[in-house]
Formats: sequence, C-alpha cells, structure tokens
Amino acid sequence: MDFLNGITLIANYIIIPGLTYGSQLALGALGITIVYSVLRFSNFAHGEFMSFGAMSAILLSWLFISLEINLYPLPTAIIVLPIAIVLTIFYCLIVDKLVFKFYRQQNSKSVINLIVSIGVMFFSGGLIRFIVGPGDRNFFDGERFIFKAKTFKSITGLNEGLTLKTTQGITILISFILVFILFWFLNKTKTGKSMRAYSDNKELALLSGINPEKVVLITWIITGTLACVAGTLYGLDKSYKPFTYLHLVLPIFSAAIVGGVGNPVGAIIGGFVIAFSELIITFAYKKIFFYFLPIYFVPEGLLQILSTDYKIAISFIILVLVLVIKPTGIYKGKII
Amino acid sequence: MYLLSGEKITCGYGLVDIVSSCTIGVKKGEISSVVGPNGAGKSTAMKALFGLLPIKNGKVIFNGEDITSLPPQKRVLKGMGFVPQTNNIFPSLTVQENLEMGAFIDKNNLNEMLKYVYDLFPVLADKKSQNAGELSGGQRQQVAVGRALMTKPKVLMLDEPSAGVSPIIMEGLFDKIQEIASQGTAVLMVEQNAKQALKISNLGFVLSQGKNLFTDSGNSLLANKEVRQAFLGG
Amino acid sequence: MTNLSRIKILYTLMVIILATVGIFQSWNLALTIFNLCLISSIMTLGINIQWGNAGIVNFGVMGFAALGGLANIIISMPPTLNAWDAGGDIIIIGLMVFISSIIFSIILFKKTNFNNNIKYLISFIFIIIGYFMMRFLVDIPIEKIESIEPAKTGYLGGFNLPVLISWPVGGLLAAFSAFIIGKISLGLRSDYLAIATLGISEIIIYILKNEDWLSRGVKNVNGLPRPVPYEIELQSKEWVLKASNYLDIPITELSSIIVKLSYSILFCMVLLIILFLLEAAVKSPWGRMMRAIRDNEVSANAMGKDIKKRHLQVFIIGSAIIGIAGAMLTTLDGQFTPVSYQPLRFTFLVWIMVIIGGSGNNFGAIIGGFVIWFFWIQSEPIGLWLISFVTSQISDTNIIKEHLLENAAHMRLMFMGIILLLTLRFAPKGLIPEVKR
Repeated sequence: MDFLNGITLIANYIIIPGLTYGSQLALGALGITIVYSVLRFSNFAHGEFMSFGAMSAILLSWLFISLEINLYPLPTAIIVLPIAIVLTIFYCLIVDKLVFKFYRQQNSKSVINLIVSIGVMFFSGGLIRFIVGPGDRNFFDGERFIFKAKTFKSITGLNEGLTLKTTQGITILISFILVFILFWFLNKTKTGKSMRAYSDNKELALLSGINPEKVVLITWIITGTLACVAGTLYGLDKSYKPFTYLHLVLPIFSAAIVGGVGNPVGAIIGGFVIAFSELIITFAYKKIFFYFLPIYFVPEGLLQILSTDYKIAISFIILVLVLVIKPTGIYKGKII
Repeated sequence: MYLLSGEKITCGYGLVDIVSSCTIGVKKGEISSVVGPNGAGKSTAMKALFGLLPIKNGKVIFNGEDITSLPPQKRVLKGMGFVPQTNNIFPSLTVQENLEMGAFIDKNNLNEMLKYVYDLFPVLADKKSQNAGELSGGQRQQVAVGRALMTKPKVLMLDEPSAGVSPIIMEGLFDKIQEIASQGTAVLMVEQNAKQALKISNLGFVLSQGKNLFTDSGNSLLANKEVRQAFLGG
Repeated sequence: MTNLSRIKILYTLMVIILATVGIFQSWNLALTIFNLCLISSIMTLGINIQWGNAGIVNFGVMGFAALGGLANIIISMPPTLNAWDAGGDIIIIGLMVFISSIIFSIILFKKTNFNNNIKYLISFIFIIIGYFMMRFLVDIPIEKIESIEPAKTGYLGGFNLPVLISWPVGGLLAAFSAFIIGKISLGLRSDYLAIATLGISEIIIYILKNEDWLSRGVKNVNGLPRPVPYEIELQSKEWVLKASNYLDIPITELSSIIVKLSYSILFCMVLLIILFLLEAAVKSPWGRMMRAIRDNEVSANAMGKDIKKRHLQVFIIGSAIIGIAGAMLTTLDGQFTPVSYQPLRFTFLVWIMVIIGGSGNNFGAIIGGFVIWFFWIQSEPIGLWLISFVTSQISDTNIIKEHLLENAAHMRLMFMGIILLLTLRFAPKGLIPEVKR
C-alpha cells in the first residue's frame, strides 16, 4: 500500500487532465448554452467559431513573432488573445447580421435555425481552411512545463511523478477567471440581469423595456469571447487542425445538455462530468490497485472499464443516456 | 375626464374583429373593471390599450394625449403599467431581481420604489432572495403586480388578476388593489370574477361579443337586474 | 411554373450537365458522378420521407449507411476459417447476456412501483453486472478471433452469399436499428432528436471502428464481391474488343465505362422501385395522415391517431432506405472503410440535399441529391478555375496566389454553406416545392 504514490498517480492521470479537458469543454458548453438560452436555438456552428478564434490567435501570433514581440515564458498566443477575441466577436456579429437575424425576426422554429447554423458551419469551416490551410499547426512557443515529473519526484521522493504543463495551467487559470467574470456579469450587473430576464420570459422582458438588439449584441460578444478562448486554449494544448473542431461540437453539446441546457452553471458541471467520465472509464486501474491494495490482490490485465479507443465515444454515450433518461439535464435546463 | 381611455376601438387578430367600436377607460385615482362572458373581447381590448395589439379603428388617449401609435415600452415611460394574465414574472430571477427589472426603464428612485412595493406586499420582502418561480400562485401574482408598480405608474392595468388563484388569496388581492388605488394609482382591470370586481369598482364596463353592453358605476351594475341575471348568476 | 414543368426542366438540365462533363472531361468521370448521384438521391429520399412527411430530424445518416455497409460484409464476404470456432458462439451469448440485462432493467422500470431513484439505481447495477459478465465471456474469444491472420482477416467474415442480397439485408439491418433507436429517442423534441441521432450514429461508427472481430475496424474490409463484371474480365471479351474498335475508345477506358454503366443500371432500378413505392405511400391515406400529424400534432392526437407509432414507422422506413443506399455505396467502393463515415460527408451533406431539393417532395429529393453531389465533386475544379481567373493578372509566384490555389479545394465547403444559406433564405421550399394535396 502506497497511499501518496496512489494519490499522485490519480492527480497526474485523472485530476489534472480532467480539470484541463473539463475547462475546455465547459467554456465551449457555455457558449452553446448562452446562445440556446437567449437566442433559442442550437448553434452547430460553434465549433467553427472556436476554430476561427484559434485561427485568429495563430495568425496574430505569427505576426507578433515576426515582429519579435513576445512574453516568454508565456506562449505568444496568450498575448494576442484579446485581439483574437475582438476578431472572433466581429465574425459572430457579421454572421448574425447576415444570417441569423432574418430568422429571428421571422420567429422561425428552432429546427430551422439549427439547419441554418449548419450552413454557417460549412461556410466557416471552408473559409477557415481556405485562409489557414487544413494542416496541423503547433503554435505553442513558451515554457512547456510549469513543473516536470522529474522535479516533482526529486522534491517529494515519490515513485510517481506529477507533471503540470503550461497549457494545462493556463487553461485552468483562464477558464476560472473567465467563468468568474461571466457569472459576476450575469448576476451582479443590470445588463446581465436583463439578459437572464430576456432568456426567461422574452415578452415580459420586451415589455419591461429591455432592448432586444442590445441583448443580442451582448450575447454574441460573450459567445465570441468564450469561443475564441476555448478554441485557442484547445489548440495550444493539443495542436491546431481545422478538422478537429467539427468533431468537438458533439462533446460540447453533450456537456451542455448533460448539465442542463440554458443554464450556465450546468454547462460547467456538464463539462467536468464528461471530462472526468472519459478519463475515469478508460483509465487503466492496474496501477491504482497496486498502490491501494495489498500486493496479492492485484489482478492481471490493464483493468480498463472501456478501452482507450472509446474515450470520445463515452461523451456520446453519456449524451444519449441523458437525453433518454433526463433530457433536462442535471440542472434542469430549458426545453424550448 | 378619463385618465386613460380607449375610444371606439376596433381590433382583432388577423382578419376577424374581436372588438368592435368599444370604449373603456379609467379616471384618475379610480378603479374601473371590464367584465363580461368568455370571448367577449375583454383581454383583447386591454391589450390594445397597452399597445400589444394594433388598432384598426379608434383612439387611445392617455392624460389628454393620443398615444394610439406609441409602442408599449414608450407607454410605460409615459406612466402606464401592465400585468399580463400569464407568464407575468421572470421565474429564474429572484423576487428582488424581478422588481429591479420592473424599474428597468426608469431607474430613478429604485430604492424608494422597492420600499414602496415591499411595504405593499410584506410577504415579498421576506422572500426577496428567492427565485420567483418557486413561490406559490398568489405570491407570484404579487411579484407580477409589484413588478409593474416599480415605475410608479399613473395607471395600472391588470389582465384577470384573480385567474388561477384561490378565493382567499383573491380577496386579499382585491384589498391590495383598493389600497393601490387609494394611493393615487388608477387601476383598470379585466376580470372574470365580475361580482368581486364590480364591488370595488367606481366604473364598470360590461362587454359582450366585442361591444359595449352596459357602462355604469360598479354598484349600479351590481343592482341592475339584467346584468345580474346574465353575468352575475342572478 | 408548375411542379411538373419544373421537374422536367431540372431533370433535363441535369442530363445536359452530366453529358457536358462527359464530353469535356471524361465519360468515366461523368458516370462516376452519376452513380454517386444516384446513391445520394436514395439517401435523400430516405431523409425526405422522415423530414418532409413527418417533421423528424434524423442526423444519423452515417450510422445507417454504415450498417448497410456492414450488411455487405456479413452477407457477401467468405467466413474466416476457424474464426467462428474460436468462439463466435460465445460472443453471441455474451452479447445476449448484456442485452438481456438491459431488457430486464427496462421491464423492471416499467412494471414495478418503486421510487424512481431506486429504480435507476437497480437498473444501473443490473446493466453494469450484465456488461462485466459480457466482457468476462467475450474478451478471450475476441482476442482469439482477431489474432487469426490479422493482416488479411482477423475477423469473423460473412455468409458468402450473393452480394445483391446484402442490399435489402442492409435495409433490414438499418430498419431493425431504427426500431430500437426510434423507440428510445423519437419522444425527444426536434433539436434534441437531431443531436441524439447524431450521437448514436457516432457510437455505431465507433463500434465499427474498434470491434475488429466484426468489421476489421480501421484495417477495412477490402475485396468486397461485385454484382457486375470486373474490368479485367471485360477486356478479354470479344464484344468489348469489337465495341472498342467501333467507338474508337481505348479498351481499358471502355471496360471501365461498361462497369460503371452496369452499376448505373442496377442503381437506377433500385431508385425507381423505391421512388415508385414512396410515391404510392405519399399519395395514399397513410401519407395524408402523416402530413396531418406533421402539420398539426395536437389535433391529430385528439382524433386518436397514434402519433408515436406513425413516427416510428416513418423513421424505420426512411432509415431502411438509407441502409440500402449504404450497402450500395459499399458495393460500389468495393471496400468497407469505417473512417470514411463522417458526419459532414453523410449527415450534413444529405440534409443540404433535402433542403435544396424541396422537402416533402420525392422528385425534389432526387434532384437535390444530384445537384448537391455534383457541386460537391465539381467545386474543386470550379474553385480552381475561379481563382485562376480572378488572379490571372497576378504573377504565378505570388505567395498569396499560390496559397489560394492550394486551398481552392476548400472552397467547396464554402460553396455548400452558401448554397444552403441562400436556399433557406430565398427559396425555402427548395427547387421543387411540396405539392399541396
């Protein structure tokens, strides 16, 4: 029995990756849930908005690097993030003005809006690939690790090492800050409250004098920000490839639905539920048993509940289960 | 004369006229009720007065001004308040936040108005941090009315305030309505519960099939045999 | 313009465009496009009957198509030697154990009166137990099967039956799955139904990618048998040689054309049969009832029409059609490639076909299939041409021009997006609107 080593193992392979991936999903899910809650449709183009944000960050990073502006040990992408966010917001607003606005004014059914968002998804995907090419791009240029396994082992003297990559640290920190700001905005400011009111009861909100155009504008500002940050952090952590963002749409929707669509708290919870489920179900428990049980109990084999190949499938399975058993999700979201 | 009135209003949804050449109104500091059988067009007339429905013919006059073409939000600024029959609160916002939304357009004296509403409805003061959707039916009605009062309107319009509420709560509600009127706010309401409404009304309008049938003081209508037989159950 | 004249004009236009491709590019290309157009049209018909007639949003196209492909393997591939003996029957038993645990939980759920939370807990425990029992049983046989010549086989194989049987079997497999999927998810509202079907189809593809013992996973199943002759065979036939000389077409090209033409004839036959059946269904009292339900569910319910049952029927039929098309596609490809089943290429593209063609109208669906598939394939050359034209004044070595030319292919995504958006905005009824009956 080796308690500390076991805990370190769990922290290294489950807790830190879970927090990181969960944050990425949570940010994405927040974007989906806010659009669903205020504008009342499922925005399938959100993955591409995230991709657009990451692309902006990449292009700006290249620009800054060529101008020799950087802030080592932070990756350049973080410095350019505010500008990338503005660009992403612009894109969202243009798309809204040219496309979504028409259907909003028509009070179209949400299914129509969904199909429209697919058109936006196609177009944006093509545009992004056209601008930046379909290839894999690694744009991380900073200190890679906050602390490495070796350092950890030498300080603690443990068998198992704990690694914290810079991207993991940045992701968790920035997500936390962003979420905090968002919740402060929604709960403590008049505009934020008016958005919640609009999402709750549109007619009454209009009667109260809440300006729908302003609400829509702020929604896209928030969504654009979330999408850009989520996309950039994801791209920094793994690497940027336009193709992946199409596939992120489903896990993000899963997170939003599992947590309860239309509810920001739910989106965050959903993100972490999915992230941790994926890790916990595909983890090889052999070593855990090794550390936590007397030696003669340790069985053969890797002891995975599901093989690692099934990692992404888990988010789909959880999604389907939630939709079938309790569509309102954990936090009783909306069904429009 | 009238503080708020709809003069010979004709309106409807689409091609059919639900209300034809109808006149309803309320005088300053008074209570007027619009009663009548189901489908008489009471709520429709009310909505038209608030600007939620376009008027095909007729005028809406408020404080001597013709406001027929003014959108609802502007009417709120002029001094009108409206409490819809259903969906009249923000369920996921707290009671206090609901009231704050009521004052959205006119945020002067926010604290003063909050105190006014909490004094009027002490129950709400206790539950100010609770989500409005979790309250009982009667309490929700109080939130709905409180929300509309936050701009200290000169006229408060209520669309069937007693709908879906138990008789005891309803009595309490009508007491509150009288209290509000006594403080200077004119109240114009549409009511299914004709007897109770006419009892506290200075003026009553009986509508049937979209037209004015009787217009008289509340007490006179209550004493009127025809009205009694047709709408008040003898 | 009446629908009939629209149909005539559009169909003639399609023929002319394909002929143009044939003349200016190559007949092989034209026929390849034509065959895929036919298959796309059939898939579109399947979705159309669900969306246009019942308002059901099915985003699971790729799953049902893949099941059709699976049927291809199971029916027409030869069984792998020793594979079944290595434990095929144990795998079946294992699967049945798991499925029974699920069924047991469902029965428990519906028939008992315990507190909801307790029911969930017990169901959960039963299903977990069932899952682990299955794993206990099947892990070893699966390993054994997958280790039989993994480079060539490593899977169970099939029944070695004629390949054309796999097409209707593909439909049946898809229908059966649609029954289960429909039962679980048709109660959901359209947005959620779309996401659920998308999720389920991803799960199906995942299983096909990872369960090598069934479908060789990412190693793909090659060499699927054909219903038409091979080019090599044709090249040694007398009549082909004569035709080659007479038409002045090289024999390799001609043999290829003949093969494709044979597929075209088969596919057309399938398309016509399906179209005929669907048109009959749409005009029938059953079709009227479906549309009544779609247009006003509340009234239809009040009149006693069993909406759930009708929706399930439509869901099964539409999905079966997609399954048949999936089997045909796999036969055309000659191989089963799980990774090729992407949501973009299947689900979303087919939905664009439905919208463009005109929901609720079978003839529109077919045209939608043709038009969109055609643009999907040709937009790369068209895009290249466009860019070259626009940048013709700029020197060839300009980096931006190079970059644009390189990425011209991606313009097809943009094209598709724009076509969909423009259609939804300015011609929401599509090319051939639904007929008011």
